[in-house]
Amino acid sequence: MTEISLTINGAPVTASVEPRTSLADFVRDSQRLTGTHLGCEHGVCGACTLEIDGEPMRSCITYAVSCDGASVTTIEGFDDDEVMEDLRQAFTENHGLQCGYCTPGMLVTARDIVRRLPEADEKRVRLELSGNLCRCTGYVGIVRAILAVLEKRRG
Amino acid sequence: MKPARFDYARAGDIADAIRLLGSTDGFNKPLGGGMSLGPMMNLRLAQPDLVVEVRGLDALKTVSDEGDRLVVGAGVTHAAIEDGKVPDTTNGMMRSVAGQIAYRAVRNRGTIGGSIAHADPAADWPTALRALGAEVAIDGPGGARVVPLSEFQLAAFTVALEPADIVTALHVPKLSPGARWGYYKICRKPGEFADSIGTVVHDPDRGYTGVVLGATDGAPLDVPALAEAVRAGKDVEIDDAKAALAAQGATFDDYGNQIHAVALSRAIKGAFAS
Repeated sequence: MTEISLTINGAPVTASVEPRTSLADFVRDSQRLTGTHLGCEHGVCGACTLEIDGEPMRSCITYAVSCDGASVTTIEGFDDDEVMEDLRQAFTENHGLQCGYCTPGMLVTARDIVRRLPEADEKRVRLELSGNLCRCTGYVGIVRAILAVLEKRRG
Repeated sequence: MKPARFDYARAGDIADAIRLLGSTDGFNKPLGGGMSLGPMMNLRLAQPDLVVEVRGLDALKTVSDEGDRLVVGAGVTHAAIEDGKVPDTTNGMMRSVAGQIAYRAVRNRGTIGGSIAHADPAADWPTALRALGAEVAIDGPGGARVVPLSEFQLAAFTVALEPADIVTALHVPKLSPGARWGYYKICRKPGEFADSIGTVVHDPDRGYTGVVLGATDGAPLDVPALAEAVRAGKDVEIDDAKAALAAQGATFDDYGNQIHAVALSRAIKGAFAS
């Protein structure tokens, strides 16, 4: 077991973890933050995407021991985030989710697109979303939701 | 989909990493971003006894201009290169290649040195950097050395690293202002590991031309006949690329022949398109 100290959703956390425990399993099983979902567990599907030190990353192939000293934000940590508020609303209005399994990862990626690529068009949004799989919606609603937030913020 | 048990140690610096990697006789692996090693461990294709974390070491994140080459620390992420945080000395080639690697969430953590050490045939850097004529800096118990990529990657996932060696940097020759490059990869879906990668770097002012084929079942493959054609200013059609591959004894199936020839031809056409 290895001792780690990190910040999760703004709160300090100290824990003893097995080296092989992924960050995703750590936040879900030890921290009861089950908003982070696990799909493929090898970095392809994007369901587990969360933020580490302000950047979206895959928590299924990142070990918790590697996050000593890091600041982690899971989907639960974006309640008061202005961009995420817009995205939640837009996902609802545009039918951007159905079963909800991919949604936490989709929202973290969507927020990154909105912040990093304010001028993104539909083609770019679709390209950026290629690392997040959704098996319900066919992506049309998700893309529309992200484009709506981009449009709103461009004023 | 959980990795087998392993021991873990965090290196304080490069010397510490080398010491830790050599501290036991088992299968010990340095961990950079873990974006390739992580999946391999989750799939239990890799079951290291000891993982030595080198992520975050300052000495692996430096970028320095050394005259005719840029030295990029092994721990520099793909996203940093994509975002132009590393000086552009390859007429935009490295930046373009970095932006095509996997997905942003992977590029934010995955590193250039990790990709080279991992040596997946379908990965982007082994092929792109080889076409640029790059060299890899290695440190280990036997001392520090710099090796051309053409001598570094020996086969799929097989490189000239001794057990306690780590990759510390990539030495990338600077392109002349008039140099041309082309990079074309064929994937069924953006971000997926490629089915084929064709790439060309043509820098007549330096007398350098490289044409390299990636995503084969082995190390990236130099295609000297096509480099010669590029030097001579000839067009390279799909059939020309097929003939060049056949002439050097490549043995792909029909599908492989076709996509590899298409990737090479499109990379070369792309290099001279504008």
